[in-house]
Amino acid sequence: MISPPIFMRRAVAEALSGWPPPVFDPAGPYAGSITTLAWVLMAMGAAVLLIVLAALWIALFGGKRLRERLGGTWAIWLGGIAFPVVVLTLLLIYGLTLTRHLSEPAKGDEVRMRITGEMWWWRVTYLDAEGRAQSLDANELHIPVGRPVVLELESSDVIHSFWIPRLSGKLDMIPGRRNVMRIQADEPGVFSGQCAEYCGGPHALMGFLVIAHPEREFEALMRARSLIGRQSVAGDEAERGRSLFRTAGCAACHRVAGTDANGMAGPDLTHVGSRHSLGAGILPNNRGTMIGWIGDSQSIKPGNRMPPYSILPAKDLRALAIYLETLK
Amino acid sequence: MPQQRHHMPQASEERGRQIAMEVGCGSCHQLPGVAWPAGRLGPSLVDFAGQGMIVGRLPNTPDVLASFVRDAPSLSPDTLMPAMPIDQQDARDIAAYLYASSGG
Repeated sequence: MISPPIFMRRAVAEALSGWPPPVFDPAGPYAGSITTLAWVLMAMGAAVLLIVLAALWIALFGGKRLRERLGGTWAIWLGGIAFPVVVLTLLLIYGLTLTRHLSEPAKGDEVRMRITGEMWWWRVTYLDAEGRAQSLDANELHIPVGRPVVLELESSDVIHSFWIPRLSGKLDMIPGRRNVMRIQADEPGVFSGQCAEYCGGPHALMGFLVIAHPEREFEALMRARSLIGRQSVAGDEAERGRSLFRTAGCAACHRVAGTDANGMAGPDLTHVGSRHSLGAGILPNNRGTMIGWIGDSQSIKPGNRMPPYSILPAKDLRALAIYLETLK
Repeated sequence: MPQQRHHMPQASEERGRQIAMEVGCGSCHQLPGVAWPAGRLGPSLVDFAGQGMIVGRLPNTPDVLASFVRDAPSLSPDTLMPAMPIDQQDARDIAAYLYASSGG
């Protein structure tokens, strides 16, 4: 038996790696309805292709009577005008009905959060039932499992697009507008996302993570976060890192709740030590990547708005990283 | 063929590359065969087998390299490179990857 050459097998294996793609593997009802719609569209596309191929076959090889019927006025009226009008109208109604609930505004005490697109990261604001800010974070969203979460999507600079493929479709974030997107995860887990609208230089490195927790775990997390000023810094190096955070100028752009670091230009660092990623969903979060990011984020994410701090000596970079690790 | 000096038994370079990506070595180092991330805060690790010493004073041998990638401060207290969240096997695999990919 002849097996395909190795480069072909590799190419096929590579093409299938990560199968199924996230859009075919929805993790909740909102993404699920989009996947259903996609399958319906593909099935209809396949049916139309078959009809066209059959007509083509008749035109080329069919008997005289069949060809005359195919070329007759009635066939044009039916197949060329009536059929598409009916099918596409039904499809439009079906599609709009299916997707209508994807962007329904919050009702009652539904969980509300606001995501603001920034060049090139995401500002996260947890809201209460009246839409007031409860706590701030960045580049990561914690949600409860099995409940719809209503996201208000905004932008503070250019158009971004928010996309968590396994939880919903894409929705643009437009300066001066507030778009609403609903997401829901049916199982606990980590779901990754990506900016889906080119927004300048490091657009491709503008990722995002959604972490879905069981209801009680989520409630506990939110309660812990709404307490301000609970940070306790243990250890000499962390203490030194904390004072460096002020003297080296970090606080001009970054906020740490409960301290006088109150900059709002960059990501809020109140919980950076517990984040699953650094640099907006692009690096794992450990002491090494933290040092690398502070020391020279420009070599990792060229064009991002944080300058390199390779002017700081090694012991200062290390102390800063150790301090930031304590911010859970 | 890696030189005898850099022989790394029971280690997988393929797994080493994967671990190196997962823990983010690239945020400070250029890694062999990796386009991104390729940080410049630390030295490039391309052609590591061709390098004489680690941090200019430790012999570049498999066991030393494996210990270094796992817990650099224990061998070189002043280095900026921190201990990494990997186990011994991970460290050996990463070392094998660094040697193998530089072809020497």
